[in-house]
Amino acid sequence: MLGKTANGLFWMYRYLERAENNARLIETGQRIALTRSAATDDEWMPVMQTAGMQQGYSTKHGDVTKDSAVDWMLRDAENPSSVRSTIEAARQNARMVRTALTAEVWSAMNGCYIDVKQALNRKVNERDLPAVLGLIRQRTALVRGATHGTMLRNDVYDFARIGTFLERADNTARILDTKYYVLLPSSMAVGSRLDNVQWETILRSVSAEGGYRMVYGQKIRPREISRFLILDRRMPRSLNFCCSKIRDNLGYLASDYGSKPASHGLADDLCRRFMSHGVDAIFDYGLHEYIQDVVGALYELGTQIEIDYRFFE
Amino acid sequence: MQNADYFDEMWGREDSLRGPYKKFQSWFENEDPARLRSKQREAKEVFRLTGITFNVYGRSEAEERLIPFDIVPRIISGHEWQRLSRGIEQRVQAINAFLHDIYHRQEILRAGRVPAEMIAQNEAFLPQMLGVSPPSGIYTHIVGIDLVRTGDDEFYVLEDNARTPSGVSYMLENRETMLGMFPELFAKTRVRSVSNYPMQLQQSLAACAPEMATDPPTVAVLTPGSYNSAYYEHSFLANQMGVELVEGHDLRVVDGRVAMRTTQGYQPIDVLYRRVDDDFLDPLNFNPQSTLGVPGILDVYRAGRITIANAPGTGIADDKAIYSYMPDIVEFYTGEKAILKNVPTWRCSEADSLTYVLDNLADLVVKEVHGSGGYGMLIGPTASKREISDFRKKLQAKPANYIAQPTLALSTVPIFTKAGLAPRHVDLRPFVLVSPDGVRITPGGLTRVAMKKGSLVVNSSQGGGTKDTWVLED
Repeated sequence: MLGKTANGLFWMYRYLERAENNARLIETGQRIALTRSAATDDEWMPVMQTAGMQQGYSTKHGDVTKDSAVDWMLRDAENPSSVRSTIEAARQNARMVRTALTAEVWSAMNGCYIDVKQALNRKVNERDLPAVLGLIRQRTALVRGATHGTMLRNDVYDFARIGTFLERADNTARILDTKYYVLLPSSMAVGSRLDNVQWETILRSVSAEGGYRMVYGQKIRPREISRFLILDRRMPRSLNFCCSKIRDNLGYLASDYGSKPASHGLADDLCRRFMSHGVDAIFDYGLHEYIQDVVGALYELGTQIEIDYRFFE
Repeated sequence: MQNADYFDEMWGREDSLRGPYKKFQSWFENEDPARLRSKQREAKEVFRLTGITFNVYGRSEAEERLIPFDIVPRIISGHEWQRLSRGIEQRVQAINAFLHDIYHRQEILRAGRVPAEMIAQNEAFLPQMLGVSPPSGIYTHIVGIDLVRTGDDEFYVLEDNARTPSGVSYMLENRETMLGMFPELFAKTRVRSVSNYPMQLQQSLAACAPEMATDPPTVAVLTPGSYNSAYYEHSFLANQMGVELVEGHDLRVVDGRVAMRTTQGYQPIDVLYRRVDDDFLDPLNFNPQSTLGVPGILDVYRAGRITIANAPGTGIADDKAIYSYMPDIVEFYTGEKAILKNVPTWRCSEADSLTYVLDNLADLVVKEVHGSGGYGMLIGPTASKREISDFRKKLQAKPANYIAQPTLALSTVPIFTKAGLAPRHVDLRPFVLVSPDGVRITPGGLTRVAMKKGSLVVNSSQGGGTKDTWVLED
């Protein structure tokens, strides 16, 4: 496989994952706005922060209003992380690696692009927002489903998966990073109404509220949230889960190619981190510092994969 | 409904249904027009979803456009096709012999059949290719001969596309689309299949590999990139052949071979099907500004360590100025009269011809010698006075840049419109593969159709559409 193709696959699936994550964040923001009596538009700032979009927003708009925040996150072409921009980028990458994709995956991706582009052609009003977000989720899921159902389990699939899980781990880590303070013991005292909303927000941002309830029951506790999103091995968006998937796919590449370049060592280190300690140790170390370490390690791993598999000259 | 000035391939000149269309007509007259209209829309959706698009240069808005597709097939009888094939094969063999000769002994120039200055001063002639023998001796592996029809038994060659003919993906996708939409029509008509073209292309390219190639040889398609107008076709062909689609920056010369950067290091390529023009192929040997090519690939080629299809310098054979010599060229190398006719051509570089052309601009088609895609041409009969007088100035300023031909009465084939069937002018581009194993012509080809009533311009860049082309089993 060409290095360029590995790169295109990696980014196609990263962007696809990002589009889906950002749609989910908008959904979460919208839900907070609707269910909180005292909600103000300011709530959208932390939402954008989680998606790493706040700086561009402030430069362009200044004050935060709900409408312009949603528009920025959803469809602003100047925002490289908006849903529209990321779907476009995913499709452009798919176009470049089209020879590596099955016809089903390509037409699911192209259909996703065509439909989402049309839905986001003009400003989405509040009434239509749930349907539009639903469409995005559905169309991206179709690409994922076609990938799962029709692609050979070879290096093409491995790079697609590695891109997916690096992006997903990064997303979960970023959500934890912007919200870590509400999970700290100092704010844990009573579990005020405000805290409850914040905690629920975190879970919803990673589609984890149902899973959390199944594992821990109705009572939301910050320590359990942290454990669930960092260490849980069944939760498909936890850091542990994502990193072990990356390591697995690197492992398949190693047996395919017969070599284990440097990125494999980095992935092993990263996974070992989640095996060797419990959530208490993380809090002792400092949740914020811990997450920062993981974000750094993910970045380093991504860069090393690009080098090892010759994504560029 | 017929205009007797033109030969209609369905109804002839006398409004009587021609043989090849009999089964189609009996199917068509029983079809509900509303259903066909919905099929026409369905076809458009298939094309959009598959991403069968082309990019129009200079239009940022419509970055990717669909080529209009018409659901009425263009039908050719097996008998008609057989005659055409013989003519095509003869022509393609002559072209390859001509190219070999031009880059070696130049017998045809010594014999005075083609003037030496036509070659020496031609931009398409590559002196770097003199004395170079391509692996397996073939210059143009993939050819698309543009034909037009003017009567029952009259075909003319309009152009010999011997460099990088495009459009074969439309031939294949048009057929797939038709098969999907009208299976019952195919069940009652025996249409020769085109679907093994990619396999034949792959075999044909592999058969031309240099001697030192691995077995099986490594084939790759070289594209200028995803912004090229034919990018869809490049990725389609690579995908169908199961080979890598590479760009210049994926390649470099390693240990005297052209190699592609894979996830496991550089891997040599034996045969490169390039869809990049000569000038951009090698910045060290041609245009130094090019970022689309591979520095040093020509040196590897000259050493016989890679096959480039089509060979650099093949453009000299499909140049519009050389075109007018094709009947001589065919005769010179095959010893036979050309089976396919040439359109009479005035070379504006010759004083007498220029005078004639200037006097008759309103009746002629004038083309740029190096132009393509229907750009920069004048169609006298449909041009305004203003356009003619503007063109006259361009022609007088640089006569050698132009050739002129009479406007041919191109045949028509019906398209499906809101008002039912309506005749539109068409041309035909059959696709030809050349390897040491012989010449293969896919039964059918790309039919381009002018969607506007009366228009003679079929180029997709000018709004032309396409049709599925059927060759019947007789």
